[in-house]
Amino acid sequence: MNGLSPALPVFQTRDLTKTYRQGEVEVQALRGIGLELFTGELVVMLGASGSGKSTLLNILGGLDVPTSGEVNYQDIDLTRANDRELTRYRRDYVGFVFQFYNLIPSLTARENVMAVTEIARSPMDPEAALALVGLANRMDHFPAQLSGGEQQRVAIARAIAKRPKVLLCDEPTGALDSATGVLVLAALDKANRETGTTTVIITHNASIAQMADRVITLSDGKISKEYHNPTRQDPRTLSW
Amino acid sequence: MPFFRASALQTKLRRELWQMRGQMLAIALVIAGGVAVFLLSLVNYSSLTATRNQYYQDYQFAEVFVTIKRAPRHALQQVAAIPGVTRQSGRVEGAATLEVPGFSDPVSARLVSLPATGQPALNRLYLRYGRLPAASRSDEAAVIGSFADAHDLMLGDRLDAIINGRRQSLTVVGIVESPEFIYVIPPGGMLPDFKRYGVLWMAQDALAPAMDMVGAFNSLVLQVDSSVPIPAVIDQLDRLLAPYGGTGAYARADQFSHRFLNDELNQLKTMATIFPTIFMGVAMFLLNVVVGRLISTQRDIVAVLKAFGYSNRQIGWHYSQLVLVIAITGLLIGTAAGLWLGRALGELYMDYYRFPGLLFRVSPWWLLLLAVLTLMVAWLGGWRAIRQAAALPPAEAMRPEGPARYRVTVTERLLSWIRFTQPSRMIVRQLARRLGRTVLSVTGVAMATAVVMVGNFQLSSVSLMVHTQFARVQKQDLAITLTDPVSQAALFGMARQPGVRYTEGRRVVVAELVNGHRKWRTALTGIPSDAKLQFVVDEHLNDVPIPPAGLLLTDFLAARLAVSPGDHLQVRVLEGPRPRLSLPVAGVTSEFLGVSAYMDLAAMNRVMREGPVVNQVLMNLTPGQADTVYQDLRDAPRVMAINIRQAMLDSFYDTLAKTFLTYTFIISLLGGIIAFGVIYNTVRISLAERGRDLASLRVLGYSHNEVSHIILGELAILLVLGVPLGWFFGQAIASLIVTAMQTELYRVPLIMTDKTLALAANVVIISALVSGFITWWRLRNLDLVAVLKTRE
Repeated sequence: MNGLSPALPVFQTRDLTKTYRQGEVEVQALRGIGLELFTGELVVMLGASGSGKSTLLNILGGLDVPTSGEVNYQDIDLTRANDRELTRYRRDYVGFVFQFYNLIPSLTARENVMAVTEIARSPMDPEAALALVGLANRMDHFPAQLSGGEQQRVAIARAIAKRPKVLLCDEPTGALDSATGVLVLAALDKANRETGTTTVIITHNASIAQMADRVITLSDGKISKEYHNPTRQDPRTLSW
Repeated sequence: MPFFRASALQTKLRRELWQMRGQMLAIALVIAGGVAVFLLSLVNYSSLTATRNQYYQDYQFAEVFVTIKRAPRHALQQVAAIPGVTRQSGRVEGAATLEVPGFSDPVSARLVSLPATGQPALNRLYLRYGRLPAASRSDEAAVIGSFADAHDLMLGDRLDAIINGRRQSLTVVGIVESPEFIYVIPPGGMLPDFKRYGVLWMAQDALAPAMDMVGAFNSLVLQVDSSVPIPAVIDQLDRLLAPYGGTGAYARADQFSHRFLNDELNQLKTMATIFPTIFMGVAMFLLNVVVGRLISTQRDIVAVLKAFGYSNRQIGWHYSQLVLVIAITGLLIGTAAGLWLGRALGELYMDYYRFPGLLFRVSPWWLLLLAVLTLMVAWLGGWRAIRQAAALPPAEAMRPEGPARYRVTVTERLLSWIRFTQPSRMIVRQLARRLGRTVLSVTGVAMATAVVMVGNFQLSSVSLMVHTQFARVQKQDLAITLTDPVSQAALFGMARQPGVRYTEGRRVVVAELVNGHRKWRTALTGIPSDAKLQFVVDEHLNDVPIPPAGLLLTDFLAARLAVSPGDHLQVRVLEGPRPRLSLPVAGVTSEFLGVSAYMDLAAMNRVMREGPVVNQVLMNLTPGQADTVYQDLRDAPRVMAINIRQAMLDSFYDTLAKTFLTYTFIISLLGGIIAFGVIYNTVRISLAERGRDLASLRVLGYSHNEVSHIILGELAILLVLGVPLGWFFGQAIASLIVTAMQTELYRVPLIMTDKTLALAANVVIISALVSGFITWWRLRNLDLVAVLKTRE
């Protein structure tokens, strides 16, 4: 995958805004975002808490709809999609990784992955997905029997097993120590290189930016900075 | 400055109660159901008991009763001399057929004389309207309220009565009630038939000549000093009256109206015990689960409160208050509903039981006890969770509860040949992880099913009993009870009357059956060997042949007398020449209704040393000619009572069946409340515990319906396990009730129809559908983002 010259935009957003009510207060989370994401690239989105990066990710992932503006995934209009269409979109195209893993505690590692492969169109073998993140020997363990890093890697395996077009990761290392975090990032990097999935990682940790093709910084609901890394750095060399 | 300032904890409590109002109300309603059934039964029990006692006391209800062929009035002095007899009243009683304008069916009546002084010394009359018949007037009568109501009789209306073959015109001067006829039932009948049977009171001077009883009496009622045992008085009385044709005195316990009312009161007692126990048990379980869940989500709050210096006791009291508020809500709703329903049911009872009025009685002590018990049961239900909260060390409470531990379940291993989808695995493992709760939930569903079944089976059982009696056992259209025996030859004459198709005779005498110290007073019935209209049928609806010699007894009677086939019984016939016989018991049979002894008619005539006589005539009529026959019968002498089979059936479906339906409806509603309480809470808790898992699946691309499947699938499993278990429980509780309600009047068969099973299942399933729909709706609004942002 050539991160430097991506050809096709998979996501396009124009003048994206999002306002939501938090109790009595109106919060303007996004104030006009215009953005293109391309096939196969690995993007790191940086921003302080409250900068709107999670809101943007949720809209890209079909978990939320914008207040105004437009967002398209290829030829799918996510702005005007209803619940059924958003579900279809998440099921067919999107893989998610969250800060708190969100594994199903009653299912083993393998079964957590199978929960996705069972409903996907052309999934990987659950075993292959787990092997990709280095958990071939922990497949029959329940979440309660796995460490935080292992749980997050199961979550990554679960996200990539459906062969998603786009992998969205919200603070994937947020709940992990640095050594474990590096393992998780390595797994994401490997998945991105081997499957060619467009990958977006949002984080407030600037060190992670070095593993990206492109880095976008958000502040106060706007894109404040954007640049390409000349080379993607191996996550195993990162530390914080 | 507000007048009353709530503490912070009280404010917390108030807001949380409001947030969880659906669940809280569901539990409060289950408690209310228990309280209501208890109060409903208690109110009726105490009110009916108090009303009856007051009525008996104010209107001097007799304690000993005896019917005599004919005794001279001077014998009353000898009766008065029996030690212990405090009051007595010798009366003339008779039977009549009545002609009510505009009503063509035969109507039979019992006539009772009133002394010249007006009110009798015993069994005084309550005057609803009008006055008692004047001593000098032979054309005046007071009519019992049930009959007056059924025919809209007013004071001044006229009736024609055929008394002893003579037509006499009577004017209604009073509408009355009597403690002797609280439950008004025609002789030979089992069910009230207010239209075709009445009781009339006439002046002694009018009735005695009509009955050829001038200077004599044929019915005697007594009151006995409480220091003298009643059996002793009965013995002396029997000896004294035997020469006058006494049929044996009996105590109140054997008086028909009294005995029937007693049975009803006992049933209320059973109801007051069984149902509230089930309801309170379910409520305890729900409180246990719901409060346990609430407290486990509030671990951090408990920790903070403790860190601020709240004591274990204060924390414990805080959560106890939550439980008590629910219990008090249930108690208040239940008390209001119970008193209201109790009153309504009381009014319904007043249709069958003729009281002057209902004394509405509830002892405040009972209410207090009920309140204390309810609060205690509720608190015990929440106790485990409350204690855990109070005992939680603050540092531990501050940490979130560890991740839930799951296992691969045995079920999955056993069913490894099935390919479980992951959501199905989640269902099975969740149920297995909370095994205790699952068992209780299934039991709760089962109890709800059982309650509906128990409320319903009685109607099918009683219907079967009535249907058996009036369709299988009795095939005649008419049963005519005669005042004196007639030769069987007379039957041929009757059979040739226009409109009569077939006749059959029976001989019925009152007898006392004696085995050592065991005695039983009952009717001994002689049945012709070729009987076609009415015979003996056992509980399996098979014909029971009458043995050519010896007695056939109802099993209930054989057990009471401790005899089995082959044994001999002393039979003291209490009428006619009063022979004392020793007869072998030839067979025993089960029967639903009554307690009887049967013999072959010819054998009975032989041992009675009488010719071929009968005193009951059964008839089948030519369709469309019933009125002709009724007309002939009305003018026939010696007719004591006429029972029309169809009328009895109609009367059953018009009156008793309606009451049963009301009762069934109330119980089904309560069963529905239990089902809803259990299912709604189970599902809501499941939803609360698994919201995060479900949101995760939604994010992964599962649709709303696919996610609902997990919660609803769990619900379906609870139903699939709970409903059949409930059928089993229901059967067990019903058989307990049937055994508890066995009386000599009837033994209700245990009949569980498919309809009853289906109704019970439906009530539960509808409750589940409602809960399921609420859950499905809530899942639509699951906030995916918020759930994912938080760590549990």
